Amino acid sequence: MPTTKKPWNAFATPTIGKAVRGLSRLLRHGGSAFPGKVVEAIDPGFLARTLGRLPQGVVLVSGTNGKTTTTRMVASMLRDLGLRVFTNPTGSNFTRGVVSALLTEVSAGGRLDADIAVLELDEAYAVHFVKQVKPRYALLLNVMRDQLDRFGEIDNTARLLGHVAEATTGTVVLNREDRRIAALAGLVPEGTQVRYFGLSDDLRSLFPSDDEMHDGETAGQTRADDGASGAAASSVDGAAQSEDAPRPAAGQPQPDAPGSRRQADVVLASAGDHEASFVMDGEEFDTTVRLEGVYNLFNAAAALAVVRAVTGRRGEPGKAGGDADDQALVRAVSRVTPAFGRGEVITVSGTPVELLLVKNPMGFRLSLASFAPGSHETMIVINDEYADGRDMSWLWDVDFTSLRATGVRQVSGVRAWDMALRLEYDGVEVGRVDPDIPAAVRAFVDVDPAVPKHIYCTYTSMLQVRAALGRLTQVADAGVGR
Amino acid sequence: MTQRTQGTKPMDEANGAGQAGPLGQSRPIDVVSLYPKDMNIYGDWGNVLTIRRRLKLYGYEPRIHTYNQGDPWPEQVDMVLGGGGQDSGQEKISDDFFKRADTLRALVADDVPMLMICGMYQLFGEYFETIDGTRLDGIGVFGVYTEGREQRMIGNLVEHSDQFGDIIGYENHSGQTFLRDGVEPLGHVEGEGRGNNGEDGTEGARVHNVIGTYMHGSLLPKNPKISDFLIAAAATRRYGEFRPWQEEGQKAELARIDETAANARRVAASRPR
Repeated sequence: MPTTKKPWNAFATPTIGKAVRGLSRLLRHGGSAFPGKVVEAIDPGFLARTLGRLPQGVVLVSGTNGKTTTTRMVASMLRDLGLRVFTNPTGSNFTRGVVSALLTEVSAGGRLDADIAVLELDEAYAVHFVKQVKPRYALLLNVMRDQLDRFGEIDNTARLLGHVAEATTGTVVLNREDRRIAALAGLVPEGTQVRYFGLSDDLRSLFPSDDEMHDGETAGQTRADDGASGAAASSVDGAAQSEDAPRPAAGQPQPDAPGSRRQADVVLASAGDHEASFVMDGEEFDTTVRLEGVYNLFNAAAALAVVRAVTGRRGEPGKAGGDADDQALVRAVSRVTPAFGRGEVITVSGTPVELLLVKNPMGFRLSLASFAPGSHETMIVINDEYADGRDMSWLWDVDFTSLRATGVRQVSGVRAWDMALRLEYDGVEVGRVDPDIPAAVRAFVDVDPAVPKHIYCTYTSMLQVRAALGRLTQVADAGVGR
Repeated sequence: MTQRTQGTKPMDEANGAGQAGPLGQSRPIDVVSLYPKDMNIYGDWGNVLTIRRRLKLYGYEPRIHTYNQGDPWPEQVDMVLGGGGQDSGQEKISDDFFKRADTLRALVADDVPMLMICGMYQLFGEYFETIDGTRLDGIGVFGVYTEGREQRMIGNLVEHSDQFGDIIGYENHSGQTFLRDGVEPLGHVEGEGRGNNGEDGTEGARVHNVIGTYMHGSLLPKNPKISDFLIAAAATRRYGEFRPWQEEGQKAELARIDETAANARRVAASRPR
């Protein structure tokens, strides 16, 4: 790690940075990263110096799906346990965003009033970040097909996260059920601990990885009349324990051997309607949760595992965070609320309208699988702006057949017609196609006010849907800086 | 713009309608999905869904055979569909693929229609040389070769073909493919930095009834003319002619699908790269 010498002007960095921030707000520059850009230019050591002073170090959270929710959970749980936590706001998951966020928090003397930082970082920026700051804890969630047009390929994304594992000094927490993530254990340096979070056997079938999307296609089988789409889910066991692992290239970590199961520190044992149970050290803890969807409960298991590492649970007493017992950790989980667009419910004239952010095939499939069809009306909104991903191919890797029973009432967004075509080929009835989001949202919430609504949206379309709903009711500030 | 669509109940899964002709015979078409486990990224499964649905709507009985490494090769093959994959996927299937090379080349010579996207397009060429100089042989169906480059060609793409009109999709590849003299491209692109190699304005390749292309999207749902070309070639080869046996419901369903596809094409063509 390059330790940049303090430039002569470093004493003034917080002041200059804050001034730039104030100015850019005044000028409505809008971009939350701009002050960070200025500071990076005048004082490149600012990030490492400021975060390096934190007594409990840095928790870095990365992966394709669930970063925002999980980061919120970890931060909220650590606060619940009495720690002062610095975290980056939703959406600023790149280095400059972290610098900008730091600027708002540091004193003029450059001190951050916090015990620990919990930072969500995009995979590519995480690599950039660990060159400057070695995290004490890393939580690596998953690698899935997402925004491939930015990172190239899943294997490449896993390699990016490998750099994070290599740079972590305390504990690396890995997803046992994602073979590319679990395999990163081989890269963790000596002296750094590895822990896992995982799923019970019962739940694993709900979490197919991208590799298994087509494993349901049995070898050589003729499927003339099978109604199921080829993307039908299959058991995770098949791939985790088959010869499916990629041929390791030189210097690559070896994926799990067939049949092996790593011991997980925290296991999500069962998931129900706003309730879950976790197994830690052989003991099962039941709790109610405010989070929606089984995938968020798995994120909670991830958060528990890293919080246990921070607070020294499992045979490492004496770390700050006190003697938080597992029961207290589970209570902290029960209090976590969903993040923006991650199962947020907005009430419109008495009808709950649930917003579900979808950004890749697996996330979409998990979202669809999390709710029993028939209990609600469905709308899907697909945009293709840069933040959503320009490529519509991913819609073809989502299995929509579970919506056949009820159909989709409304399809909207820039790529509404692509979505309608996708549903057409899965035999899902489409009520109405209207690319105009505000008009479509109005029409959708007017349908049978007694029935709850689900709106699946890509990132930029969610902002528009939320704004449209805001005009129909009072929606709290989205809390995102764009 | 709004449109009401009604009665979208999937005919293909409902009662097998369209599988029997007027005289009650069924007309199977055997379609091989090549290496769906390892070569099926970027939504190429959509191509299989499209062929299956349209075959039914034309009154044929689709039989989809998924062929992964080590599987027995189906006895009857009327069409082959292959997709894109990661480098690791290409390496994994490599051994098995070469075992099937003679079979595939014989089917090509016998005018079996095939669609090979991205990674499989490259493997149907002469060779792929990665950026660090490693050479991965192809099976030489197309007189094309591919070189790995730093620059990825990514984005929405419209190409023009005399036979199919505008072909609409999304390319995403770092391999640059060059056609040998006399090899026919699938289509032509305007502007640099797109298509086969970013330089010569070509995209994809054609030989016999085989189409190779970098177009994802998925390709076939938004390009029904290519779908119907593959279907007509398969039917003609097996039954001597392509003759749809359609009831009114099937005709209407196909028309509705094609109208939705036309809208999706119009929007896709207008989007930034």
